[in-house]
Amino acid sequence: MSHKNIKTISNPKLKLEILTEEDVKKIHDATLQIIEKVGVRFPSKRALEIWEAHGADVNHEKKIVRVKPQIIEDALKKAPPAYKLAARDPQQDLQLDGNHVHLGTDGCGVEVIDIHTGEKRTSCLQDVRDIARIADATEEVAFHWVPVSAQDTPAEARGLHEIKAVWENSTKHLQTESIYNVEEAKAAIEMAALIVGGKDKLRERPVLSLMQCTAPPLGHDGGSLDAALLAAEVGIPTGFMTMAACATTGPTTMAGNLAVGNAEVIAGTALLQLAYPGAPVFYAAAQTASDLRTGAYTGGGPEDFLFGAATNVLADFYNIPLSMGAFATGAKEPNWQAGLEGALSSFMASVVMSDMLLGCGFLHGSRIWSFAEMMMDCEIFSIVHKMMEGIVVNDETLALDVIAAVGPGSHYLGQKHTRNHMRELFMPQFMDRRPYSEWETKKDDARDWALTRARKVLKEHQPDPLDEKISKEMGRIIKSVEK
Amino acid sequence: MTEELFKQMAQSIIDGDSDLSVELAKKAIEINMHPLEAITKGFVVGVNYIGDQFGLGEAFLPELVMAGEAMKAAVAVLEPELIKLGSARETMGRVVLATVEGDIHEIGKTLVGTMLSASGFEVTDLGVDQPAEKIIGKALEIDAQIIGMSALLTTTMVRQREVIEELDKEGLRPRIKVMVGGAPITRDWFQKIKADGYSEDAVGAVKVAKELVGKGD
Repeated sequence: MSHKNIKTISNPKLKLEILTEEDVKKIHDATLQIIEKVGVRFPSKRALEIWEAHGADVNHEKKIVRVKPQIIEDALKKAPPAYKLAARDPQQDLQLDGNHVHLGTDGCGVEVIDIHTGEKRTSCLQDVRDIARIADATEEVAFHWVPVSAQDTPAEARGLHEIKAVWENSTKHLQTESIYNVEEAKAAIEMAALIVGGKDKLRERPVLSLMQCTAPPLGHDGGSLDAALLAAEVGIPTGFMTMAACATTGPTTMAGNLAVGNAEVIAGTALLQLAYPGAPVFYAAAQTASDLRTGAYTGGGPEDFLFGAATNVLADFYNIPLSMGAFATGAKEPNWQAGLEGALSSFMASVVMSDMLLGCGFLHGSRIWSFAEMMMDCEIFSIVHKMMEGIVVNDETLALDVIAAVGPGSHYLGQKHTRNHMRELFMPQFMDRRPYSEWETKKDDARDWALTRARKVLKEHQPDPLDEKISKEMGRIIKSVEK
Repeated sequence: MTEELFKQMAQSIIDGDSDLSVELAKKAIEINMHPLEAITKGFVVGVNYIGDQFGLGEAFLPELVMAGEAMKAAVAVLEPELIKLGSARETMGRVVLATVEGDIHEIGKTLVGTMLSASGFEVTDLGVDQPAEKIIGKALEIDAQIIGMSALLTTTMVRQREVIEELDKEGLRPRIKVMVGGAPITRDWFQKIKADGYSEDAVGAVKVAKELVGKGD
């Protein structure tokens, strides 16, 4: 399936075995044991009532739920294994079917390296618009997260200003990670309904999906749970993301950390299935190792890369799509570290076919948005995309006729075969392969070219506008939420 | 009719189709078109187009090479006719190319040759493992303005200096200009051996050669 202006990984030729079947079974058993014996915290009245109604052991005072394995396993079986994320432009709908890896923009940052001045400053609504517009034009980006916080809008409706800004500047699917209370979730659903012509159409065409963070270890956020339940009710795809980090919010050992994160995610997912059987759900994760000197969660490093691949094995075991955190880095500038961490994390998450890959654009532990980083991350995705095509072996690609025609010595540059296939070779946008003397006179590099590219797209790209009436109506909904 | 033929000629170069460019060159002779006209109004238009596209990043090296080869093939058909008519194609200059003695690497040099030919230079490529006396002898024989030398190894690039020293000894410079190239060749080396021109790639070599014959842009 091809999409309009979207590059997506499919039909992979590479494989990686990171966990054996037995490993997965052990992690699953450990997870069930954690949920049954230790319990998971669900600080939402509605969530606790649902658990109680389905036979879980609920401690209302501590808001901790302990659940028998059978209840969890039966509930998870009701989750649909595949569905689509709809886009404002139906030609940009994304299949979550285990055979696609779609890249999104990362979120949700608090500072931006200004695209014009290069100065770091607090993020604002215009940044959300600008990033959405550039992402709309960039084929590597398949969908949006809300990239940065619109801190110049009222806090109680900020998540709504943000999604409106994305929809007004792009036709691609929007997944928000920044709506985590009932009021905003209700309004967001109304806003999404405007695009598809009614709330009842959202199940068929979910132009919005919701990502909720868990509260590790072994907890959830009350507002997030209530928002997720609202979304699940109308068929808006919803996922819980664990960010359990080795040595702080999770055990130091990776297997234990996977089990803790898994308990949070599958308990939350089971809750949605108990409340609304068959609701589209996804697994989400961005586990990593905490820095032992500072305790910081920045993402990146070998544990992060391994989690990126391992989590998809778990999501596959539960037969639900995965949204995987990748590209995380503690780097302060687009540099060696950022490139290294972006490349390895995105490769590891892609080689196992994570359905959604988050995401391009960030520095400093997903806090600082850089337009240059965004473009370079997209190039990394393109490289991984190319690698996933593997090596095709057939008569045409073995090229025996051409080899005979050229013979020993000489070269292949003048061959028709070369011209016919040369565009299959990867053409980098931001890699320096120039003569040294050319570099010497300019002393520029990938960061300069990436920024130039972002500026050009921002200046030139005109997204298909959102119907003005819909925009106005969205504005009215937002007003009603603002105090 | 003639306009259409010019267009086809240019297109055959753009498509890098040597068979077609040869066929069109023969057709030009058949209909008594002046060979110079076929070259300048037909084939060269195609070479220039591909060159421009390459400069814009739209065309790639294989297309440039194929266009160069198609051009060379067409000119090879037309050249004898030109001589018969007592006129000659005005070239950018005559160049002798070689990989120096002891070195058998030549793809870079061959590419430089293709690019120079496509840009209107008359190129004599001696091939690989060429001693100084052969290179200089050929340059004198064809009255070349430029000698281009390639080397891939640090152990053979010293031969470039020997050729330059030999030319100096014979008093043949600045009449003959020397261009050097090859993976180990740096600006430092180029200056140290007092060569006249140096480039890191084939496209850059054309620019340097034009400057050396006083026809730079």
